[in-house]
Amino acid sequence: MTDMPDLPFRPFSPGSQPALDNPQYGSTAKRHPNHALVRLPMGQTVTEMSAPRFSPTRYPAVVDMTHGKNALGERIIVQGRVLDEEGRPQPGVMIEVWQANAAGRYDHARDQHDAPLDPNFHGTGLVFTDADGRYSFTTIKPGAYPWRNHHNAWRPNHIHYSLFGAGFAQRMITQMYFPGDPLLALDPIFQCTPDEATRNRLIAAFDLDVTQPEWALGYTFDFVLRGRGQTPFEENHP
Amino acid sequence: MTAATASQTIGPYWHLLEDKSWANLTRFGAEGERIALIGTITDGDGLPVGDACVELWQPSPAASPTWDGFGRAATDVGGNYCFVTLKPGPVGGAPGANTPQAPHVALTLFARGLLIHLQTRAYFDGDPLNESDPLLASLDPPRRATLVARPVGEQNGIPTWRMDIRLQGVDETVFLEI
Ligand SMILES: [Fe+3]
Repeated sequence: MTDMPDLPFRPFSPGSQPALDNPQYGSTAKRHPNHALVRLPMGQTVTEMSAPRFSPTRYPAVVDMTHGKNALGERIIVQGRVLDEEGRPQPGVMIEVWQANAAGRYDHARDQHDAPLDPNFHGTGLVFTDADGRYSFTTIKPGAYPWRNHHNAWRPNHIHYSLFGAGFAQRMITQMYFPGDPLLALDPIFQCTPDEATRNRLIAAFDLDVTQPEWALGYTFDFVLRGRGQTPFEENHP
Repeated sequence: MTAATASQTIGPYWHLLEDKSWANLTRFGAEGERIALIGTITDGDGLPVGDACVELWQPSPAASPTWDGFGRAATDVGGNYCFVTLKPGPVGGAPGANTPQAPHVALTLFARGLLIHLQTRAYFDGDPLNESDPLLASLDPPRRATLVARPVGEQNGIPTWRMDIRLQGVDETVFLEI
């Protein structure tokens, strides 16, 4: 899956990932470790550099989250690529997708938001990237929903993603947002990424070329997984 | 170079993805010594973490048509997780290094309140290679102990190992930067 299988994955770029302790997000208070993370003294090993590979043979793809039913809401197509930090396409990546329905309600027993469930929408999908790292699926635009983090807290419209790359060090779970959402400025989870450019890459781009006439609006969203390379921290800080 | 996409929390509703059969890594008929790995995850107040997603990955034994080496389990309301897997063997160290690693599995935790996942390892108490394992050897004994699963008899006839995980506070588990 890669031309440099023996090289370790690069450390994350400074500011590109959220801190575990975030006073704006109350649930982090009792769940973040106090000790510093421990760097592997021997460097990354087969445990970190290899990973399970999934195939649609055993894990059938679900590329239409509406299952062809009349799910309520604004039908959308989301497509894009999975790349590494050098821009190389990542084939064979399994992407799990989950989200609330158009009313902002998850089909989940613990979601007690007083908004209607949609019998035609469960809210899960499963897609695999092709040889060029491309993926695509159809769903409906999820609604905003309240949460109790602070007074009058509402999550912006978002879709959850889970990605499995070629190395376990690439394992990633993230959320995708929508352009122009006024809740983004108020959301501690979106705001938790220190680096502004990296944070803003969590917002999908409306794409008229992906939009299909008389059918669905289109959005483009690319994922970037950690790249392999020999760039130790020291090279970033000469 | 474009930095990797930012992590975001898995949130409280990830169970929409859950397939309970994934907690049994031997579900496709893998050959080897079956074990159960169980544990309780608690937070800085000692309260159970009842909405976590725990993932287990082990490169040993090597992948085969019936063996992904990967599993996922949800914690229950008591913060308990349970995997059935194959006892791993030793694996090589970093490329070019001579010291093998003691048998271990990688555990990854996702949960509400974790903006990025936590990663740790479970080693097996009493394994002779533990003494020379590069990671275990680098830790002082109380911290090292947080990475070592203990045998706790049998569960449904399967030898069972316990690895509790403390996210914060006294006996906080060692979490890894990888
Ligand atoms: Fe959500």
